[in-house]
Amino acid sequence: MLLGVLGLGVCLVLSLDVVSAAVALAIELALLPLLRIPFRTLLLRTSPVLLAVPLTGLSIALYGRASGREWFDLGFAHVTDGSLVLAVATMLRVLAVGIPSVALFIRADPTDLADGLAQVLRLPARFVLGALAAIRMMTILGEDWRQLGMARRARGLADTGRLRRGASMAFALLVVALRRATTLAVAMEARGFGAPGARTWARPARFGRQEWAAVAVLVGIGMVSIAVAVAVGTWRA
Amino acid sequence: MSVADAHAARIEFRDWGWRYADRDAWAVRGVDLVVEPGERVAVVGPSGAGKSTLLRAVAAVLPDEPDAADDTAAEVRGSVLVDGAAPGSVRGRVGLVMQDPEAHTVMSRIGDDVAFGCENLGVERSETWLRVRHALDVVGLDLPLDRSTTRLSGGQRQRLALAGVLAMRPGALVLDEPCANLDPNGVVQVHDAVRALLDDTGATLLVVEHRIGTWLDLVDRLVLLEPGGGVVADGPPAEVLRTHGDALTAAGVWVPGAEPAPGSARRLHSTPDGAQLAAALPDGAQLGPTLLHAERLATARGRRQRVGTGIDLTVTRGQVLAVTGPNGVGKSTLGLTLAGLLRPAAGVLRATEPLADGAGPSPSAWSSRTLAARIGTVFQEPEHQFVARTVRAELEAGPRALGLSDPAARADDLLDAFALRHLADANPFTLSGGEQRRLAIGTVVATRPPVVVLDEPTSGQDRATWQAVVDRLGALADSGTAVIAVTHDRDLISALDADRIVLTATGATGVKDRDTTTGDAR
Repeated sequence: MLLGVLGLGVCLVLSLDVVSAAVALAIELALLPLLRIPFRTLLLRTSPVLLAVPLTGLSIALYGRASGREWFDLGFAHVTDGSLVLAVATMLRVLAVGIPSVALFIRADPTDLADGLAQVLRLPARFVLGALAAIRMMTILGEDWRQLGMARRARGLADTGRLRRGASMAFALLVVALRRATTLAVAMEARGFGAPGARTWARPARFGRQEWAAVAVLVGIGMVSIAVAVAVGTWRA
Repeated sequence: MSVADAHAARIEFRDWGWRYADRDAWAVRGVDLVVEPGERVAVVGPSGAGKSTLLRAVAAVLPDEPDAADDTAAEVRGSVLVDGAAPGSVRGRVGLVMQDPEAHTVMSRIGDDVAFGCENLGVERSETWLRVRHALDVVGLDLPLDRSTTRLSGGQRQRLALAGVLAMRPGALVLDEPCANLDPNGVVQVHDAVRALLDDTGATLLVVEHRIGTWLDLVDRLVLLEPGGGVVADGPPAEVLRTHGDALTAAGVWVPGAEPAPGSARRLHSTPDGAQLAAALPDGAQLGPTLLHAERLATARGRRQRVGTGIDLTVTRGQVLAVTGPNGVGKSTLGLTLAGLLRPAAGVLRATEPLADGAGPSPSAWSSRTLAARIGTVFQEPEHQFVARTVRAELEAGPRALGLSDPAARADDLLDAFALRHLADANPFTLSGGEQRRLAIGTVVATRPPVVVLDEPTSGQDRATWQAVVDRLGALADSGTAVIAVTHDRDLISALDADRIVLTATGATGVKDRDTTTGDAR
């Protein structure tokens, strides 16, 4: 899946026109219902992408390479035909790459992902398992943050000075996180992590028909969109 | 499926010593100790005797490499051997389980977590899963392999850690206070799981625990360690307890039969007559005015996770109220709700006028300063509540925030009262666990709130620091403060002569100590 998303990304980065991105997005939106992800979940998870889209669009519209008719001129920023087209193309592109990545990873379990990364892509175990442990620790640190906030309220320090309080909480969280990480490292080492000799993997990483199909579909979307753009004549390398 | 390939390991210390990097003093020194294969040994000694260091050396997880050329680096003397070899060269022969149940869980699913050690040792896939099932079976953890590890109780988590160790087929099991943070039920679970594991493997056992009573039926030898002095007593448990009982108690060990007397930390209730008098008071006749009153109270963590319902209770001046009950029933959440830090999910929590003093009846609606002047909270992990760079500044922070008179003088008093004077300029984060807890209580007492809520105030304390904390709480209650302690420590409840609220999934039952039911709770 990671491969597929990468493939699609490469296809779309090759060009900067409206047509290829629009075609890719249209095909994805048509295929999305097949994944049977509840609309609410999808909206919630893709919200960072959806939020980033208008922001990217706005900044490119303002600062993008000027060409064609000029709409506004604020001295430092121009809005022109060229920059508007570029903005729309970029927005579509972010959506076209962002939505499938989020949608496909919603169901992916971090452990399975780690198994895949280590066994299929042959990333080092130390790196992969470290990252996995870090993901697990994020939940614990979230709870730590809540406790830190409550503790400040309990001590009469939460009425004013939001910034200073935030800084002191961030420092305390760092200390707590370091301590937790050290203990976890000891626990992992005590269970033979980093022992000399080959490590085995208890869970087979499946990279079967389903995964190849996903990669094929995603790369296919990229190819079709490029083909359409070339045919229409908007392709710009 | 008994274990054929794992013979028990022999552990030997020869005049062994260890100094951590950047420390002047030796953590352990001059230890001579031989544990024969299959022997079961408990190690006790005061805080700072280096018990944990000893165990970590055997498990080959000491933090840094000694370097003779660099005098700030760690330093080692003598040798420690597992089966005659350096522990690091026989990784996997020794299985370690430590104090903090949270710390061991590496993976997010139960089966994966148990398999983790096997994977590291290069055990084949099919063999790994056989071992995983067998290990979970031995420790009595009857849960699906794909169950998440996040929602386990402390006792279940420690048994999971034991299963992970067992799956590696160790020759020795090394336990560093595995029961320190568990409720009584969890202690029994872990004890039984360890016994099953030893029966299954015949492994050598080395265990450290303050409450040594837990392990006496399993061990053949009891070893007393002295800071810098090595082994000072070594023999059959009964004999060592008989000849060194007082030395053990002085060393912070909970010697069975030397528990504190009921009510011993309270001035008012210290005589049997006084205790009977208090118990004999008619329903509703309280020693002081009511401060907090809860009716059909439901508690919740976050917006949706409701944890406790139907809780009725009353908190009065000078009362010690212990909130007990099994893991996961919402004790800590109730504590935080009573402390005005979480909003009640349903029902009523009312602060009466003697406590509210014009601030309104709902503690969760008070401003931070208003709350701090009325209800103090000591969190389960003291590190969560430290805000200053030195111990002294930490003690002054609360009074300063509330604009109280003379914060420096208050801090001075507290430095002495909590035996923290020598640490006045130290950073709170660098203190030991026991010192941190004393400081946390001190920071809350500094603003003299009428109600103090504490979450597991005695967790992981040795006998000596335990006494210091409990005496402090007793003195607070005697001076009229209402003390609410979320705890599973029976000795604490007894020594403070506390009223008990036992939380269950459907409500709360009030139990007057000595089993006389009070009228204010059902």
